[in-house]
Amino acid sequence: MFDWFMNPEGPMVLVVILIKIIALVMPLMLGVAYLTFAERKVIAYLHVRVGPNRVGPRGWLQPIADALKLVMKELLVPSAANRYLFMLGPVMAIAPALTAWAVVPVGEGMVIADINAGLLFLLAMTSMGVYGIIVAGWASNSKYAFLSAMRAGAQMISYEIAMGFALVGVLMAAGSLNLSQIVMAQQGSILHWFWLPLLPLFLVYFISGVAETNRSPFDVAEGESEIVAGFHVEYSGMAFAVFFLAEYANMILIATLTALLFAGGWLSPFQGIPVLEGLFAWVPGTIWLLLKVCVFLFCFLWFRATFPRYRYDQIMRLGWKVFIPVTIVWIFVEGAAVLAGLGPWFD
Amino acid sequence: MEQAIFYFFSAVLIFAAGMVITARNPVHAVLFLVLAFFTSAALWLLLEAEFLAIVLVLVYVGAVMVLFLFVVMMLDINLAPLREGFARYLPVGVLVLALVVLEMVLVVGPRLFGAEAVTVPARQAAEYSNTETLGELLYTVYVYPFEVASVILLVAIVAAIALTLRRRPGTLKQEVGRQVAANRGERVRLVRMAAERSKR
Repeated sequence: MFDWFMNPEGPMVLVVILIKIIALVMPLMLGVAYLTFAERKVIAYLHVRVGPNRVGPRGWLQPIADALKLVMKELLVPSAANRYLFMLGPVMAIAPALTAWAVVPVGEGMVIADINAGLLFLLAMTSMGVYGIIVAGWASNSKYAFLSAMRAGAQMISYEIAMGFALVGVLMAAGSLNLSQIVMAQQGSILHWFWLPLLPLFLVYFISGVAETNRSPFDVAEGESEIVAGFHVEYSGMAFAVFFLAEYANMILIATLTALLFAGGWLSPFQGIPVLEGLFAWVPGTIWLLLKVCVFLFCFLWFRATFPRYRYDQIMRLGWKVFIPVTIVWIFVEGAAVLAGLGPWFD
Repeated sequence: MEQAIFYFFSAVLIFAAGMVITARNPVHAVLFLVLAFFTSAALWLLLEAEFLAIVLVLVYVGAVMVLFLFVVMMLDINLAPLREGFARYLPVGVLVLALVVLEMVLVVGPRLFGAEAVTVPARQAAEYSNTETLGELLYTVYVYPFEVASVILLVAIVAAIALTLRRRPGTLKQEVGRQVAANRGERVRLVRMAAERSKR
């Protein structure tokens, strides 16, 4: 055990991994901060309002002000709450949301842990996220929070199945569970990306992702008009901010995964087009990925400003009676296509 | 280093397993069980069984234990009557405990699981994929047992649904097909009527 510390390579590896983690988490946190700003601005413009424009030039410092406010606020623990679990709740929400990023490549070879079973790991981590909500809802010892925990738990388990089946389709098409290899399997042109051969799975995956992150129109777990704010109704200050961070980090994660699995990840959309390919060859892959992620994140915000909230039984019907059959049917179709070697995707 | 990690996770696992049966609050007990599953998954990872480890987290932690937690949270258990008569049941409990320990010692003893009895599995190269190997084995050599197991599970699902499904008369149900097929003529009726005049 001690020769590991004596060996200069041992601790160095740890230091390199730590630097990689910081290099990923810092932009992610900044992304979360400005995603909240983008959300308020985008929804404001969709409502024909202006949105936040007071703090800093054109409101650009608004998220910093919000963060400061949350840090300064007092942390309240309800006297009837279960103290330990009440404090553990936010931690259990954010830990899986950040852990999942370990296997997500943000460019060619730019990944913290390039593991073979990356897709499985992601599925396992996203399924852990529900614990934070359930534990927080129960430990708050409040009717609203408990109702929300029940709703969130049932909803997330239901949509996880559809999500898992959609991922089965992806791994059948790519022949690998490694996320980098899945992206490389989509090489060719924009028509080679998996969104086209797996169109139903792509839609099911993205919509299930919206449901998994408890975003509108599937936000019955928060439902301001019914159960105030749901599982985080008793939380204040930083404890609330951690839930907020977890929700938005999960949104960015789902958007990134959709981009990686169905929209070619860091591959250029102009690949295979004679003139444009050369013209845009200088753009680094990470920029393309970032642009795609932004498109999907915009969809999250757009949905929120467009759709009314689903009723609880409608959510369950959509998950169990529509999405799961659709994914199963498409997996069979895909299996036939793989067997027939249908070009240009499955040959 | 690996040894240190192993002992750390083993210690956490034993602590969590102990807390599952000694915790007074059933919700705490379930959460400790989650911790126990999680740490055993970490131990499996050390054994290079990454597929099994991740599936343990995915299936047991991510799905089974969530439902478990659900049920335990919904039940409003009054703990006092459960603790009554500890002294009365103690001899029976000790007897069962002794039997279990005896059986465990006989089966998991050094005779079968000692360092001589088990050879250390060879380390695999970095590009070796546990998932692929397992999948190949499962769908070629063991395809019939695998399919039989899945059919048994399907039967269980159908049986569970058949047992709990009941049709209650008088409940309102949404028929999405009919809603989508609805048209204006079905729902809206325009009525022509003479304009009313307010009385002077």
